[in-house]
Amino acid sequence: MTATVAAGRTVHVEHCMGTAFTVDVRDPGDWQAAIGEVVTWLHHVDAVFSTYRPGSDISRLQRGELRLADADPLVAVVLDRCARVQADTGGAFTALSRGRIDPTGLVKGWAIERASALLRGRGAVNHAVNGGGDLQLAGEAAPGRGWQIGISDPHERGRVLAVVGGSELAVATSGVAERGNHILDPFTGRPAAALASATVIGPSLTLADAYATAAFVLGRDALRWIEGVPGYQALVVAADGGTARSSGWPHG
Amino acid sequence: MRRIVLAVLGTVTGLVMLLSFKTHPASTASVPALVAPVTPTGSDPAGSPAPGTSATPGASTAPAAGSSAATAPASTHSAAPVSRTITGAAADTRYGPVQVQLTVGNGTVTAVNAVVYPQNTPRDYEINSYAIPLLNQEALSAKSAQIDMVSGATYTSEGYLQSLQSALDQAGL
Repeated sequence: MTATVAAGRTVHVEHCMGTAFTVDVRDPGDWQAAIGEVVTWLHHVDAVFSTYRPGSDISRLQRGELRLADADPLVAVVLDRCARVQADTGGAFTALSRGRIDPTGLVKGWAIERASALLRGRGAVNHAVNGGGDLQLAGEAAPGRGWQIGISDPHERGRVLAVVGGSELAVATSGVAERGNHILDPFTGRPAAALASATVIGPSLTLADAYATAAFVLGRDALRWIEGVPGYQALVVAADGGTARSSGWPHG
Repeated sequence: MRRIVLAVLGTVTGLVMLLSFKTHPASTASVPALVAPVTPTGSDPAGSPAPGTSATPGASTAPAAGSSAATAPASTHSAAPVSRTITGAAADTRYGPVQVQLTVGNGTVTAVNAVVYPQNTPRDYEINSYAIPLLNQEALSAKSAQIDMVSGATYTSEGYLQSLQSALDQAGL
């Protein structure tokens, strides 16, 4: 469903990868074709990287039916990004855990960041792409007003516990909200349980998404770790309800 | 303004769902008992019909999702500005549907009411009669938050429909 709401805003919601993607363009014009390209892109990423689809490249690699050299070239690109992030996070993020190939913690953010770049390339200077709560923001929400992003409270879904504003910004949140304890601690093999959610902001959603996963795994060590990562900030909500922010998290 | 209203609406829906979950810790299924105590008066400038008439508890009434209707102020306040009610889409919880209605006047949320909520047992009624006023308070204090998008832990495609992000998107769809 796509609608041009008023002069200057076009919104499209696409269900893909088991979640909903919102593409919200705040420039005047007809964005149907550009949004169509974004939709095609997202479904292509799902077809290549899904760990739920038996026919995806990732599933076939996992079963040994496909060599990396024969897979979609994007697989090598993503696994390379995963390896770099694994090094950045001291192993708290990994796409290769216990014999499984699972780049899920980075792929969605990467796909969204590329979708945003695609929109920008088509002239949409002001837009947001939100995939299941992970966002890449470009330009402004309205002339003279940056994007205002609510961080949802993992303990009371539907409530907002913080608002962060920005222009060229990525916001990613990892947590247990709807799918249960689905983030495994690669160091223990057990679900990470110290936090209810971890939100990371910074310029790139590819990194923010993976860093949010890493922060969730790191638990009470997450803020200390993110303080050493230039350009990225974190807000964590403990399983028992307390919240904490890294020193550079924007005020207000 | 519509965006803000819908943001609050989403917040309220989330709160109602949470509250209704808490009322049934051991329940696995329920037959929804609905009540629609709202009897709108006046007419909508946009021509939308009023979302249902009053019903007795236990009667099933499903107001149209997303409908809105103007509510003329009581005749004793004839000088007051016209206010408007906005009824959100019903959110299906496993304990029954929950639906929230906002009243907006002069660009401000003046009231929040759950028009549909689970009340199958005396215990439900007791908890909801406490929870709904609490809900009104929380929603009214959240009305100033102007947000464009929401970041949260991955929601499923189904969960999206009841999410705050969904409410924000509806403002633009």
